[in-house]
Amino acid sequence: MQCLRSRKRGHPIITDFLNQPTPDDLNPTTMSIDIRDLKVSIDGQEIIKGLNLTLPKGEVHAIMGPNGSGKSTLAKVLAGHEDYEVTGGSITMDGEDLLEKEADERSRDGLFLAFQYPHEIPGVTNANFIRAALQARLPKGEELDAVAFYKEMYAQMDALEMDRKFTGRSVNEGFSGGEKKRNEILQMAMLKPTYAVLDETDSGLDIDALKIVSKGVNAMRSPERGFLVITHYQRLLDYIVPDHVHVMKDGKIIRSGDKTLALELEERGYDWLNDAA
Amino acid sequence: MSAEANSALEIDRSVGDFSYPEKHTYDAGVGLTEDTIDYISNVKDEAEWIREFRHRALKVFREKPMPTHWATKDLNNIDFDKIRYYLSQGQRPTRSWDEVPDEVKETFERLGIPEQERKFLAGVEAQFDSEAAYSNVKEALEKQGVIFVNSTEGLREHPELFRKWFGKVIPTGDNKFSALNSAVFSGGSFIYVPPGVKVTHPLQAYFRINAENFGQFERTLIIADEGSEVMYMEGCTAPKFETSTLHSAVVELVAMPNAKIQYVTVQNWSSNVFNLVTKRGMAHENAEIRWIDCNIGSRLTMKYPGVIMKGRKARGEVISIALANDGQHQDTGAKMIHAADETTSNIVSKSISVGQGRSTYRGQVHIPKHLKGCKNNTECDALLINAHSKTDTYPAITVRGNQHATQHEASVSQVSEDQIFYMKQRGLSEAEAMSLSVNGFVNDLVREFPMEYSVELKRLIDLEMEGSVG
Repeated sequence: MQCLRSRKRGHPIITDFLNQPTPDDLNPTTMSIDIRDLKVSIDGQEIIKGLNLTLPKGEVHAIMGPNGSGKSTLAKVLAGHEDYEVTGGSITMDGEDLLEKEADERSRDGLFLAFQYPHEIPGVTNANFIRAALQARLPKGEELDAVAFYKEMYAQMDALEMDRKFTGRSVNEGFSGGEKKRNEILQMAMLKPTYAVLDETDSGLDIDALKIVSKGVNAMRSPERGFLVITHYQRLLDYIVPDHVHVMKDGKIIRSGDKTLALELEERGYDWLNDAA
Repeated sequence: MSAEANSALEIDRSVGDFSYPEKHTYDAGVGLTEDTIDYISNVKDEAEWIREFRHRALKVFREKPMPTHWATKDLNNIDFDKIRYYLSQGQRPTRSWDEVPDEVKETFERLGIPEQERKFLAGVEAQFDSEAAYSNVKEALEKQGVIFVNSTEGLREHPELFRKWFGKVIPTGDNKFSALNSAVFSGGSFIYVPPGVKVTHPLQAYFRINAENFGQFERTLIIADEGSEVMYMEGCTAPKFETSTLHSAVVELVAMPNAKIQYVTVQNWSSNVFNLVTKRGMAHENAEIRWIDCNIGSRLTMKYPGVIMKGRKARGEVISIALANDGQHQDTGAKMIHAADETTSNIVSKSISVGQGRSTYRGQVHIPKHLKGCKNNTECDALLINAHSKTDTYPAITVRGNQHATQHEASVSQVSEDQIFYMKQRGLSEAEAMSLSVNGFVNDLVREFPMEYSVELKRLIDLEMEGSVG
């Protein structure tokens, strides 16, 4: 589509400005997402009932829990979905109030959500979509360097073993479940967020795809980036090894521990925590 | 448009809304009488047959009722007594870029046509008010024997060609507005392509309206002789005025055996314009006529480009995009009249309704019983942006006999909130997300437009979408 025809002005595409030091670096205690006593309702029904969580940069936190525990709701609230009403508590990202920002501003500020069910955008090619997202991060009047953009995208696609034909296909349209998830990781790799929330990225993936996706995530692990990995199964955590594991049930974190907690859960099931809680 | 609708619509119309001081040497005044017609004919120093043609047309126009029994009642708001039917700067068409008035050059500037695309303007015929202010027929075209002049000049210099086809594809009495045009037409293009000549560059014309209450009634006639090929492009952006402006064109195409004509239109009228246009082509044996049409803006657009497939194996195609914003009604469609064996027609129509905008698709496909081997494909897709947007579809496909193939598909979809959320999560503002969705919806059709138009189209869609979210 010619719609996003670029006018080259020589600006570098490697827009890793998100990792540039900011004044906040002087105060390392605020370099995290902090969720305090969060309460969330949808259609008047409370889903999250006083949740506390701190995700510092440089760490990978996993959230596990049975269906209906509120895991995906948490992901959507972090990203700013308007259907969910925050009735109490706070969320800050690097010290700034996240809840007063629109979803697009949160994204440009460095928050990424890999969707459990990525949406299709008919007629908009993958390349143009990612390009538009990167362009949205540039100051007004600056244009993305198209050559550098394609070079980087091809490199990221190669790493994710994605065929180049995906650049010209409409976003997620006609993609298999596994291809959609890979596409989410591609977008994450291109946008280079400070905090990434992966919502059940492992669901619908066969073992080979799971390995490739995990490799993509692991390649992005860095002291400057935090991950919140939401999953139903321990299997993903064999490949993306978390620093901390939280168990969520009925809208709260009911247990936190290190990676061995996930293994224990796998062995004993969530009911074990039911009894313990 | 109600004040409420106005407030909901804050479109940056800086691209289209500007005008220049008016300088008119000739002015037929306000209202339409026999004197108006004589005034126009006198100024143009026309032959007697054309003067009579105009007078006959005026009678037909007066006799014909407003087609409000099927079309919108909004038509009744056109006050024919308050319209100026003829204005002219009295200039002879100019022949080089240097001679083009600075005002016209500035118009191109303000429309934001990129520097690299100005080269296309070398072959441009632009209508500034009712006469061509700029007319530069490329030397190469002249060598090939191609005639590309405005309709006044066509009448004067090539009466035998002009008269043979004029009013034959669209008779005066086709509808009330074709009759009005036939009475007061001025401006528009006359093109003749000799047998076997393939015009490699698209011929362009920019039409503009620049006087309040001034109806623009251009008349275009394109004849592609046997085995020839030509592409014609027109783009319109009108300055905004306080009161309604009427634009009522008639475009006739004639494709002789084995000839091909493509007619491309991108229109962005300001939201007080009534745009009531009759466009039809006649395709002889194995000839092809394609209408590629994009309608943005205007208060009411009524336009149904048609093809009469008169010769065996003739082909007709209409590809159209319509975008209706608040207070706007895009009533568009296509007419395909199969009049010979093995004729093929294709209609692809996409409409977008934004805010309280309304888009209507009206299609007519006619295949009579005595023919065989005819094919028609019709696809119409509508996209609704907001809960109050409106779309309706009136396809009329008449197929008699059993040796034909027709196919009709229609869909209505809405930009879902989840889709917008997904795009916002990647950092796009709501307006950017909407724009991208809309551009995606029409993307396969935009590809049919020449490159420089697809860029302009994107720009127009972006502008429209900016005002649609808040």
